[in-house]
Amino acid sequence: MKTALITDAIDAVHAAILAHESEIESLDRAIGDGDHFVNLKRGLSTLSAMREELLPLAPDFALQKMGMKLLSTIGGASGPLFASFFMAMAASMKTQGDDGNAAVATAFAAGVESIKQRGKAGLGEKTMLDVLIPVADVFSRKTAEHAAMPELLAAIEASAEAGMLSTRDLVATKGRAAFLGERAIGHIDAGAKSTQVMISAVCRMLEQSQK
Amino acid sequence: MKIFVNDVDNLLTESLSGFAAAHHDLVSLQLDPHYLTRAQKAVNKVALISGGGSGHEPLHTGFIGHGMLDAACPGHVFTSPTPDQMLAAAEAVESGKGVLFIVKNYAGDVMNFEMAAEMLPFESATILTSDDVAVENSTWTTGRRGVAGTVIVEKCVGSLAEAGADLAACKALGDKVNRSTASMGVALSSCTVPAAGRPTFDIGDSELEMGVGIHGEPGRRREAMRTADEIVADLVNAILQDLKPAAGSEVLLMINGFGATPSMQLYLLYHSAAKLLTAHGLSVVRSLVGNYTTALDMAGASVTVCVLDEEIKQHWDSPVHTAALRWGC
Repeated sequence: MKTALITDAIDAVHAAILAHESEIESLDRAIGDGDHFVNLKRGLSTLSAMREELLPLAPDFALQKMGMKLLSTIGGASGPLFASFFMAMAASMKTQGDDGNAAVATAFAAGVESIKQRGKAGLGEKTMLDVLIPVADVFSRKTAEHAAMPELLAAIEASAEAGMLSTRDLVATKGRAAFLGERAIGHIDAGAKSTQVMISAVCRMLEQSQK
Repeated sequence: MKIFVNDVDNLLTESLSGFAAAHHDLVSLQLDPHYLTRAQKAVNKVALISGGGSGHEPLHTGFIGHGMLDAACPGHVFTSPTPDQMLAAAEAVESGKGVLFIVKNYAGDVMNFEMAAEMLPFESATILTSDDVAVENSTWTTGRRGVAGTVIVEKCVGSLAEAGADLAACKALGDKVNRSTASMGVALSSCTVPAAGRPTFDIGDSELEMGVGIHGEPGRRREAMRTADEIVADLVNAILQDLKPAAGSEVLLMINGFGATPSMQLYLLYHSAAKLLTAHGLSVVRSLVGNYTTALDMAGASVTVCVLDEEIKQHWDSPVHTAALRWGC
């Protein structure tokens, strides 16, 4: 894996989040506190600005550096969660390598696991994990089956979409929407939505690069 | 909505700089990472550090000084501060007896302070405040929100720390005050996060949000406007149901404005709540009325009741000198 792939992915994610501003903001205003988009934008523009500084680094060093930077720039719940994700991916790539889909799937799963630990949350709690956990599972399974790249990406995108939509009917038990109890039912979680947007953006970027 | 602003990205730094200049005798501001400490470092005491999203002023910066906090870490508006701020603040104020974090119970604040505590080279402990009874504790493991009662926790723990108590004793008192304190708020209008530029929630001219949070998060229910006495009765009843104070208990009654409700209104609420508490056989012996834990420009207020014992009363009464609270010195 090349670090340029990480920086390209960040640029794709950054553009996608900016394009979904009003959708993420209105979801967050409905059952959150309205700061999710602003925080994401701050984190992503910081990462985008690090491009030249990251490019000469090995992928694991780049991810570690990104994690530390996010920890000090995002704040809120997103800061420690995204930071933990990147730092755990970095640690996985350091020990398990970064070459090939299987290594990236392993690193992704380690990143998701660290978000579970830090947020003390799991599946079905109306959070970003309702997208991340199924995606990590599909990523590992399809990679183990040696699925071709287009099939892998399509499966990941579909899984992210399904996970995001599943949060509509959940009662939140984590995050600020948890304070609402049943009043949050009927609303898609803003963190699940932004996570799905980001995953989809990376998949589409990779699809394009395949052509 | 109109606000005083130059560049919205500089709003927080300009406001903090103004605060530090206006109170230069009390506080000192450091930027990048942002934190404030007492102007004169206190020694040989547990270092009390609080922090949280900005927009709740005077919480927490207004409570730095003798008898309360040693440092505060302001995050972006309604966004938790970050571990690097807490580490830098701890480095600046620790004086050999450890660090005690006072943190309002929100996922973001809890995680950021937790990561800071893990990286801290000093002994540390954390008090999580959770006085808001609007949303129940039982089914949501995230637990109750920390709101205006945090001020009472900071005041009492600040007093004990100033007297030289150790980390464990300070943490124990903080937990006790938190358990003895309950709050609930009501909003008449939404707040507007400056960077978002739009009201956080829509509310009609004849509606109120019962149990609102200090970020404009919804509470128990949306309902039609009623008389002040009826609104206060709902707040006080919810609080008493939670606290279950013994008849004859002495209490502190705090009426906290959310930012856009005038003092005249707050004192009217105090009148109403004090009458009701007295009717319940409680003795209101201490009070605090004003804007202490705000939600930017939200109209509305919260009621907080703290059941006093001799220890809590003594630490509430002890001298304090901060920008937002001062008595006895």
